[in-house]
Amino acid sequence: MSATDLTHAPGQSRSVPRLLIALAFVLTAIFVVAPLAFIFWRALAEGWGAYVANITDPMTLHAILLTSLVAVIVVPVNIAFGIAAAWAIARFRFPGRKLLMTMIEIPFSISPIIAGICYLLLYGRQGLLGPFLAQHDLKVMFALPGIVLVTMFVTAPFVAREVLPLMQAQGSEQEEAAVTLGAKGWQVFSRVTLPNIRWALLYGAVLATARAVGEFGGVSVVSGSIRGQTNTLPLQIELMFNDLNTTGAFAAASTLTVIALVVLVVKAALESRR
Amino acid sequence: MTATAIKPKRVLPGFSLSLGTTLLYVALVILIPVIALILKGAQIGPAQFWAIVTSPRTLSALRVTVTAAAIATVFNAFYGLLMAWVLTRYDFPGKRILDALMDVPFALPTAVAGISLTALYSANGWFGAPLASAGIQLVYTLAGVTIAMAFTSIPFVVRAIQPVLEDLDPALEQAAMTLGASPWQIFRRVVLPAIFPAWLAGSTVAFARSLGEFGAVVFIAGNLPFKTEIAALLAYIRLEEYDYQGAAAIALVLLAFALVLLILSNWLQFRAARHLESKG
Repeated sequence: MSATDLTHAPGQSRSVPRLLIALAFVLTAIFVVAPLAFIFWRALAEGWGAYVANITDPMTLHAILLTSLVAVIVVPVNIAFGIAAAWAIARFRFPGRKLLMTMIEIPFSISPIIAGICYLLLYGRQGLLGPFLAQHDLKVMFALPGIVLVTMFVTAPFVAREVLPLMQAQGSEQEEAAVTLGAKGWQVFSRVTLPNIRWALLYGAVLATARAVGEFGGVSVVSGSIRGQTNTLPLQIELMFNDLNTTGAFAAASTLTVIALVVLVVKAALESRR
Repeated sequence: MTATAIKPKRVLPGFSLSLGTTLLYVALVILIPVIALILKGAQIGPAQFWAIVTSPRTLSALRVTVTAAAIATVFNAFYGLLMAWVLTRYDFPGKRILDALMDVPFALPTAVAGISLTALYSANGWFGAPLASAGIQLVYTLAGVTIAMAFTSIPFVVRAIQPVLEDLDPALEQAAMTLGASPWQIFRRVVLPAIFPAWLAGSTVAFARSLGEFGAVVFIAGNLPFKTEIAALLAYIRLEEYDYQGAAAIALVLLAFALVLLILSNWLQFRAARHLESKG
């Protein structure tokens, strides 16, 4: 590596790199490792028995199930959208392409709370579609559809962001060759494109899953936080924390933290593959 | 005959299907809800809108949000630069773990980060206890809000600079060294100009993220009006009071901030990418 050439330069002190590395470790320990480790430490503060009892609490279990249901609906839709968006943007030139890319990024840069408010102002009782929904007796807000829609909004960019740059970098020669050789559209995709993008796709899907199960701000606006009904896991954690059931809150939080750690392991594994 | 054309414009199939799906999804899931907010905001009327946005409580919430986000961004600009530098330039044991840890704030749900930071810095937490005996309280203060915002936006600066540093031609630095430049001079005159657009872009995204952060902040902030109440929370409170106009007005201000910062960071990233390409 060229980096080592520089650090071993004659006459140059090696204390600066050492100092910087030490500083990096100390700051990361304080700002990243401590909050992460504290979750497990606090969750297990009252022992394994209390931990298991907290996780299997009916309200927590219901929240886990609801959150899993939301993820099961949202993630496949997100994968389909991400592939479609990446295919359209990476493989074709059309007016408004840059604008479309920016629009897909919108959910990434706006507060989930704003997303929740947008949906409430569209589907809520006083919202633009409120009278229509009331007429047809459709309930979107403070129910599963609202939670699913907001989660779709906040996770929208994840798969597309991972797959698009890869497809752009790989170019379309292989796919064009397949078409020339007579492959049908679906064959081109499943035999050529999919094997090329599968790892990025997997990572995007894992990220979208983590985001879907952890979404808090947007869901807390549209769910109504009805105990045992529309309380997702992050909302259940908030409820227990505010009820001063700290151990229960951290026990529930530890399940989401494990998912977060899985994301990191998957990413590290995929990077070592490249 | 189109088949005999030397280079047909579109060889690959699926243009209308993929673009159609994308546009439909973007319209239904992203654009229409955002337009609903803008339409609701337009119904408020300029005078009323101005009254909501300039009310003392809104102004103070915006001030708290912008101040804490700015401090958190400055912290992350330097911490992120340090981490990107250390991770790309040196080899040392534990480097891969350190690299992976940079994504923790991205993977960890914000509410989980929120309760952990709150308990960690409260009077009986790992950090809160020693701080309390020194007479320092961070939870329920602006400093607490800043810590939460800083945590959630850690990855943005590191991940923006890292690829640029990796692609930077070492010959440039070696040339500068041969010409007798000190390491600091090399950093300031060679490295910094190259990574500057990416550094700014990452910091812009970190700032945008901090402005909108909710889950991590609400727990540690204590949410005292005029002291630690952030704008996103005030919008949420207005909703709970069924004051939809108030919520829409504050949300619109935050949306405007977010869109301006999004465009700015995209432009900076475009410049950073051009810098990379010109170095070839």
